[in-house]
Amino acid sequence: MSKAVTALNRAAYDGYVRIEDAGLCGMISLRGDLSDAKVKKACKDASGQAMPKARGIVGSLDGGIGWMSPDEALVLVPYAEAPAAAARMEMTLKTAHALVVEVSDARAVFTLRGEKLREVLAKVTPADIAALPVGELHRTRVAQVAGAIWLSDETTAHLICFRSVAEYMFELLSRSAMPGAEVS
Amino acid sequence: MLMLKCPYCGVVADETELSPGGQAHLTRFGPGASDEDFESYLFMRENPKGVHFERWRHSNGCGKWFHAARCTATLEVFGTYSAQTVEPPEEVRAAITAKRPGWSWGEFS
Repeated sequence: MSKAVTALNRAAYDGYVRIEDAGLCGMISLRGDLSDAKVKKACKDASGQAMPKARGIVGSLDGGIGWMSPDEALVLVPYAEAPAAAARMEMTLKTAHALVVEVSDARAVFTLRGEKLREVLAKVTPADIAALPVGELHRTRVAQVAGAIWLSDETTAHLICFRSVAEYMFELLSRSAMPGAEVS
Repeated sequence: MLMLKCPYCGVVADETELSPGGQAHLTRFGPGASDEDFESYLFMRENPKGVHFERWRHSNGCGKWFHAARCTATLEVFGTYSAQTVEPPEEVRAAITAKRPGWSWGEFS
């Protein structure tokens, strides 16, 4: 099998906030009734986390669940384990009305580090980033493309977008984080 | 700027995160319908100055379709509600009546 790499191959930019390609992340998209016991069990078995509340995200990139919509969850697992985890989830959900698909290679994940990351994000999205609580997954528009943003703490944010727009996203965030572009 | 609260995910999204879906509460006339009904389903739309009901999709968010009641003249939003309905819910009608007494739109008032 060929060696898997991300779209940006671990590129990073050191601006007044550091923008980095988070590397290979395992992601499984699940569609179904998120309150269903089987769906909850499948997600928990794969990620080790309980189903978050609306708009919540729990755990980390190595094991977590993000609430994407009333009937969609994103399960985060280590990249190498994603195909097996997705297969296990499908087995668990065989009799449930649910859909599981591994999307690791369809997405790009970024990590932003720095004190002013809220400002860097706020410049490129209409979402109220200043009011975004830690642990809330916010799906929004990031300049011209869709993205999902969450803060794991006050100085670390993550952003998921489609792989096809990874380079655009990297350039965009880097430009927003360029030294001298500070707003406050 | 028009901002609508998505009733599915609870996010207050601005217009650029949404996709417009045209007039709400259309009755579909398909195969077997009369020419008049089919024409009105395809082409005839309300075009009010004032209270209006629309469909929107939270496309840069949770992806769900929903309904919104707003004023076309002032952009005031009276409420948003589920897409799984054929008429505006009572609380939305009450909110409109409070601000625009005597309003009417299509078959609703």
